Amino acid sequence: MQTHYAWIIGTVVLVASAVAAHGGPPASAGTVSGKVTYTGTPPKMKPIDMAKEPNCAKEHATAPVLTENVVTGPGSSLRWVVVYISAGDQGSTPGTETVRLDQKACQYIPHVLVVQPNQPLDIYNNDPHSHNIHPLAKVNPEWNRSQPAGAPPIHTKWELPEFIPVKCNVHPWMHGWHVVLNTSHYAVTGEDGSFSLSGLPPGKYTVTAWQEQFGTQTQDVTISGTESKTVDFVFKARPY
Amino acid sequence: MGKLFAVVVAIIALVSAALFASHIWWLPVDISAHGHAIDRQLSETMVTSGALFVLSQLALAVFAWRYGDRRDGRQVKTFPGGATSMVVFATVLVGAEILALTFVGSKVWAGIYQTPPDPNSLQIDVQSEQFAFYFRYPGPDGKFGATHPELINEASENYFGLDPANDISARDDIVVPTLTIPVNRPISLNLRAKDVGHSFYVPELRIQQDFVPGLAIPLHFTATQTGKHEIVCTQLCGLGHYNMRAYVEVMSQEQFDQWLKDKAAQQ
Amino acid sequence: MNPPPTPVATHHHAPPQGFLRKHVFSLDHKVIGKQYLDLALVAVCTGMVLSWLMRLHLAWPETPIPGLEKLSPNGAAGGVITPEYYLSLMTMHGTIMVFFVLTTAPFAGFGNYFLPIQVGAEDMAFPRINMTSFWVTLVAFLVLVAAFFVGDGPPLSGWTAYAPLSAVGKDAGPGQGVGQTLWAVSITLFCVAQLLGALNFITTTLDLRTKGMSLARMPYSTWAWFITSVIGLIAFAVLMPACILLILDRVAGTSFFIPAGLVISDRLQPHAGGSPLLWQHLFWFFGHPEVYIAILPGFGIISHILPVFARKPLLGPRVMIACLVAIAFLSYTVWGHHMFLSGMNPFSATLFSVPTLVITIPATIVTLLWIGTIYGARLRFTTPALFCLGFVSVFVSGGISGFFLAQPSIDTYLHGTYFVVGHFHFVMGVAAMFGIFAATYFWAPKMFGRMMSETLGKWHFWLTFIGVYCVFMPMHYLGLAGNVRRYSAFTDDYLKPMIPLHRFITIAALFTGAAQLIFLFNLIRSRFRGPKAPDNPWEATSLEWSTTSPPPFDNFGGRPPVVERGPNEYGGARGADYLMQAAAAAPVSAR
Repeated sequence: MQTHYAWIIGTVVLVASAVAAHGGPPASAGTVSGKVTYTGTPPKMKPIDMAKEPNCAKEHATAPVLTENVVTGPGSSLRWVVVYISAGDQGSTPGTETVRLDQKACQYIPHVLVVQPNQPLDIYNNDPHSHNIHPLAKVNPEWNRSQPAGAPPIHTKWELPEFIPVKCNVHPWMHGWHVVLNTSHYAVTGEDGSFSLSGLPPGKYTVTAWQEQFGTQTQDVTISGTESKTVDFVFKARPY
Repeated sequence: MGKLFAVVVAIIALVSAALFASHIWWLPVDISAHGHAIDRQLSETMVTSGALFVLSQLALAVFAWRYGDRRDGRQVKTFPGGATSMVVFATVLVGAEILALTFVGSKVWAGIYQTPPDPNSLQIDVQSEQFAFYFRYPGPDGKFGATHPELINEASENYFGLDPANDISARDDIVVPTLTIPVNRPISLNLRAKDVGHSFYVPELRIQQDFVPGLAIPLHFTATQTGKHEIVCTQLCGLGHYNMRAYVEVMSQEQFDQWLKDKAAQQ
Repeated sequence: MNPPPTPVATHHHAPPQGFLRKHVFSLDHKVIGKQYLDLALVAVCTGMVLSWLMRLHLAWPETPIPGLEKLSPNGAAGGVITPEYYLSLMTMHGTIMVFFVLTTAPFAGFGNYFLPIQVGAEDMAFPRINMTSFWVTLVAFLVLVAAFFVGDGPPLSGWTAYAPLSAVGKDAGPGQGVGQTLWAVSITLFCVAQLLGALNFITTTLDLRTKGMSLARMPYSTWAWFITSVIGLIAFAVLMPACILLILDRVAGTSFFIPAGLVISDRLQPHAGGSPLLWQHLFWFFGHPEVYIAILPGFGIISHILPVFARKPLLGPRVMIACLVAIAFLSYTVWGHHMFLSGMNPFSATLFSVPTLVITIPATIVTLLWIGTIYGARLRFTTPALFCLGFVSVFVSGGISGFFLAQPSIDTYLHGTYFVVGHFHFVMGVAAMFGIFAATYFWAPKMFGRMMSETLGKWHFWLTFIGVYCVFMPMHYLGLAGNVRRYSAFTDDYLKPMIPLHRFITIAALFTGAAQLIFLFNLIRSRFRGPKAPDNPWEATSLEWSTTSPPPFDNFGGRPPVVERGPNEYGGARGADYLMQAAAAAPVSAR
């Protein structure tokens, strides 16, 4: 009978310590959430004419793709904004899940992806023709290679924090971003411009919002317990 | 062995010549105003050099057949007239052909590259880059905006580095990846390169011209038939060279005017 | 008072001692010649393998090539060649073939071995410089091959390395990093070696001819090597500074070839004031004479060998020499025909096309002289003879396509297409190679003291002759249809129908490449195990056949030959089937 209990207790202790070791949700953790919006007139997103690559032009014949450097949504929201803890970060976990970048119908999907240092990044070419991935890194080593149709996925990773613009040399309209952050407390805004950073232990934090055309904005926020603090960002937009 | 050589050479010469003459692989239909002169020059050269080709290969074949050593102790023979006849033949025949082709050819060439464009030409600014062509129309104001290389931003499709914030004439410029032109109208292109050397080639238009970084090179032509054709790059420009293409769409003047209006509304 | 005796430049040296001096760091022009030939053999095998990879990719772009991933994990991940790797293979193929095969084998290789012997000298005028030339060439080759193994891969700007693609550095893309710099360094070194070699050839020809060997009595191969060296002296003297300027643009921030305002890889390039056309002028001012450097030794070799197997004199030898000189001179006036559409003033196109067409005349004359030599001959169809006859056929084919490209109006359509590729492969990749094959089969007995197999030689000839026509004649048809060159894949609508013809070419190329194994096997086996060769197996007249096979270290055993006549005494004109140039030999009666 004692042996039986010993097994149960032992298992519970084992699991609890495993959870604690992996830094699961700490006992008390708060959340920072909000919306990213703009004021003023943003530039018009233009339809991309993919005439030089007939395969892709066909895919978008009925619904053309628009440029993605400023993507707006209902309520003057901004999409593809990376919001993250830039100072005072605690309770971050290393990124271990493989992040996937797809090249499909001559677009980078997602337009902005976030990885942590050394987090595995797999790049797939889903199109029936070659793409050429050229991350224009300045801090990390820059590289530039082609991925023909049917070639295996490229397995790579970034080691240092950096905002890396990525282009396809062969298809000039294809642009995206690899954002390498030292924190697991990040979010990329969706269509509605909202974001939520959870799992924040009590402390003073600096939150940064980055939009590829409008730059960065920061705000400080303090978390004392398990509350949810609202932090909104408003960017000033100009038509040109 | 000599007879085998003769037969093989004769077959090769005749089959090759036949394949040229049969036009199985040949130039595509000519849709340009100046192209017929090039085609004629090419055909004439094909006929004369084809004749020279077949005759010399057959001479080689015949001599190889006839003049093997038959161990019969016969004397070798010198070619009648010796080297002099060869010199005379080559100088007179080839020389005459060269003179004719140069004289006619230089006029054809000058007609395309050394004559100024028609003053009523439609002006289009062309920029080549790794690895696409972009074409710029001046828009309703008829003026091209100034280009600034440091402002080039492909993510926002500002391929020409225009400055619409400060340059009003740049705001209505129309930038497209397809060369859209009206039929039977002289077209004047201004070719510029953004990064490395490229080239503009449309086989059906019988036109080709390199882009040279640092230079603005004029090129003009008139398309005589409607249709859609490929523009391909023929100057090695990097890994995407094989995929560097655009289309030229030749349409009626009315369709073109409508297209221009639609594009202007989108800017 | 007797005038002092005219000094005859002589060159005595003691026999070499020790393994290194005999076989590695040899001062003997014969060893150096063989070293050059062995280097060219390695280079041609490398260049040929590269061409197979290229052709396989063009025919079946998505089929993986097993094992290629190991050589280049980035360039051929999964065994599928990327567009940049294709262009790198193409660049290295062209560079290796033009420089390390076509300039090395017929000129540095056979020329080094046979020029001193054919003029009756004991060695080249400057044996140490000669040895240095070889080793610098070898280093140049190793530097070039090193580009395969550097991080960003070999350069992809073609053997023509047009600026600014070749000049801006890494920003221009894969392969344009260290690989391109290594390319430029390699070519610079190659130029140095060639300039030193030219000095040797010219001095030896002018100063070391034996008694009785007037310039008029020199064999036509010697004439060709001599004229080639003069061309090379001027041509390489222009390429070398051009490559140095290119290196400076790449590493020292200069802007010889790069104008202002270029945006590459989203970066505004920090250069200003340069001209891409300047590179083209410098390169082609070298580049056009270079193709004559590649073919002129072949002209000389064919003119030398054909009479031997025709058993009659070369028709019009003085006209032949005059034509070689005319071609050499004209070769400096035509470089702009590579640049008709380059953006130069269009009037210059007409200017350049005139001498380009005029060169046709001496080229036609030399071809007619060969054909006229065969007229009335008593042909012995040995392997070297077959390659000579084949040379005439393929040179006609290649030369005629040049006639089209020489006219700017036609070049408007054919420039940058496979028509050009077919043209230059016929004249360089086939005709010049046939010259090398003819020379090898002809002179192997003299160089190695052993005969090569005639049976294998003939198989090699037939498979190659038919094969090369199957590979390169179709390229003209592709060009007429507008098929652009230097494309790693044919994805354009109008190009897709040509892919079957490309597949045919690929299969023919692989087949023809495989046929070269016969040659390789024959060469290597005969070198060590062939039947012993007599002094003069072909019954030829020039001085190399007056000495043993192979010759002793000082070529004539300490007794320099005395020459009594020219090399053209075949056919019984003076009552003998042939008369050797060297005096002591008795006339041989006709069989």
